[in-house]
Amino acid sequence: MSTAEAATATDPNAGIIQMIGVHKWYGEFHVLRDINLSVTKGERIVLCGPSGSGKSTLIRCINRLEEHQKGQIIVDGVELTGNLKQIEAVRREVGMVFQHFNLFPHLTILENCTLAPIWVRKEPKAQAEATAMKYLERVRIPEQANKYPGQLSGGQQQRVAIARSLCMNPKVMLFDEPTSALDPEMVKEVLDVMIGLAEEGMTMLCVTHEMGFAKSVANRVLFMDRGEIVEQNEPHEFFNNPQSDRTKLFLSQILSH
Amino acid sequence: MTTSAPSPIAPDSATVSRPLVNRLGPLAWMRRNLFSTWYNALLTVLIVWVLAQAIPALFHWLISNSLLAPATSQECRLVDGACWAFIQEKYRLILFGTFPYNQQWRPLFAVVLVIAMLLASCDRRMWNRRLGVIWGVGMTMVAILMWGGVLGLDYVENSLWGGLPLTLLLAVVGLAVAFPLSILLALGRRSRLPIIKSLSVTYIELIRGVPLISLLFMASVMLPLFLPVGMNPDKLLRAQIAFIMFAAAYLAEVIRGGLQAIPRGQYEAADALGLTYWQKTVKIILPQALTIVIPPIVNTFIAFFKDTSLVMIIGIFDLMNASKAALNDAEWRGFYRESYLFIAVIYFVFCFFMSKYSQSLERDLKRGHQH
Ligand SMILES: Nc1ncnc2c1ncn2[C@@H]1O[C@H](COP(=O)(O)OP(=O)(O)OP(=O)(O)O)[C@@H](O)[C@H]1O
Ligand SMILES: [Mg+2]
Repeated sequence: MSTAEAATATDPNAGIIQMIGVHKWYGEFHVLRDINLSVTKGERIVLCGPSGSGKSTLIRCINRLEEHQKGQIIVDGVELTGNLKQIEAVRREVGMVFQHFNLFPHLTILENCTLAPIWVRKEPKAQAEATAMKYLERVRIPEQANKYPGQLSGGQQQRVAIARSLCMNPKVMLFDEPTSALDPEMVKEVLDVMIGLAEEGMTMLCVTHEMGFAKSVANRVLFMDRGEIVEQNEPHEFFNNPQSDRTKLFLSQILSH
Repeated sequence: MTTSAPSPIAPDSATVSRPLVNRLGPLAWMRRNLFSTWYNALLTVLIVWVLAQAIPALFHWLISNSLLAPATSQECRLVDGACWAFIQEKYRLILFGTFPYNQQWRPLFAVVLVIAMLLASCDRRMWNRRLGVIWGVGMTMVAILMWGGVLGLDYVENSLWGGLPLTLLLAVVGLAVAFPLSILLALGRRSRLPIIKSLSVTYIELIRGVPLISLLFMASVMLPLFLPVGMNPDKLLRAQIAFIMFAAAYLAEVIRGGLQAIPRGQYEAADALGLTYWQKTVKIILPQALTIVIPPIVNTFIAFFKDTSLVMIIGIFDLMNASKAALNDAEWRGFYRESYLFIAVIYFVFCFFMSKYSQSLERDLKRGHQH
């Protein structure tokens, strides 16, 4: 706790997420190599790169779904260490949306959205339900509130997953390829919700291959390859004037179809 | 299924006409279902032959040659078929064991109470705190009825208990205690804390490696050796403990199977929302894991319900042993068919109900989340 407090105390402009010299290994395999990243409040970052480059691993380290072995990760002034209390404190402030939605199939949509506010934030049930309905309206599916996830389409499920995260009133939202498990006709409805969030000033870190989204929404695009952040730039420069050969190769592959 | 012209109302399934192909004549039906291949034909003939041998004999013994009316044992021995006078004579011994004869309304009430509570527990709308209160009060009443010693009831020590109430109590108390224990064991076995994990694994493997009979023997013969002098829990309690230990180990493995079937994404989503370990386990993981393993859990429950009969080897008069005791009466020796059939029917009714209930529960919970 003391180091984390010191970090915020000494640098008031420090980002809401700070990764300093982060390394991670899976056994022998070096997945993250010297990651340095600072995200300021309200910033919208898109993370791209070839499959297996470590994008998921990177954002999963931010809410400690994965453990890093070296370096520091500080989220909203709290350093992620083995301390469970600190991990839970970070997770309360960081929402996450998964590729495969991961809704709770035994709970209704409304229950999915109110579970964490009631049990983690200790909100009264009525208040949690009112908040949940507000966000379900935001993602435009209030009429599904009493259905079960299995009865919804993929796009609807992903919008519920976003609403579920928003109900915790997070300071940061992490997205791990939120549209890549969706049928093409459903991608837009999810992206629209994400664009809306961005417009409201949500801090977002988003792994995606939706380059249109990156161009119109991101402040910064990060390119990762083999566990490193190879290049980062604001979107216009990133797409029109890539510096490294690896970025050029990646962009030519991804934009060719 | 049907490609009818578009209608303003969707046709409901009852009004959709069925295809007529399966309306076959009896001969065609038999050819298709009983004699479709040479080995099907052989099986059909074989089964018909076996039935032809067994059914008339059973019919004679059970119905046409049987004696339903009250009779003496001499009269019974002259009858070719079943003589139900034996049951009429001995049913109170079989059902209530050696519980004092003129007090047997007490175990009767206890049985009725336990069955009523079991039935109440079947209703999912009852699954809340109230049910815990009902069981707390109900089991206290059962204890008062069985033991007595208060409210003007004579004290009956539990070595005199027997028959159906004993079987029911062993099973209900045993499974009620073993079930939560088994959940803890299953969670422990998957724990990341090495001590908890190895303790759970050791316990489960040790208990599963030993037959229930030997555990019962150990509990009755060896347990007193380990306990401090003077502490000598009675035989029934020791059997109950052995039973709980055994059931917990088996159920733990069943539940572990359910836990393993839950995709990692469920754990991650719960973690990402900031739920604590216990919130995640109780609210997200267990409800799904237990739903998956309802059939094997009920299977284990049924097996253990019947396995309570093993306590007879350490001299406890459960339903099974009480029926043997009834046969020990020199006058009625030899009526074991009637005796065993009688208790078989009792066991069957309970087990069949459990099985039916699990099917309906499974259906309900599936309908709940429609996959
Ligand atoms: N639990 C694990 N154990 C061992 N290796 C792993 C594990 N999880 C991921 N990896 C490896 O780490 C590397 C990075 O994985 P990661 O999931 O972060 O990639 P990614 O950039 O998200 O790829 P994708 O675009 O396919 O999702 C991959 O090579 C993967 O095989
Ligand atoms: Mg990934």
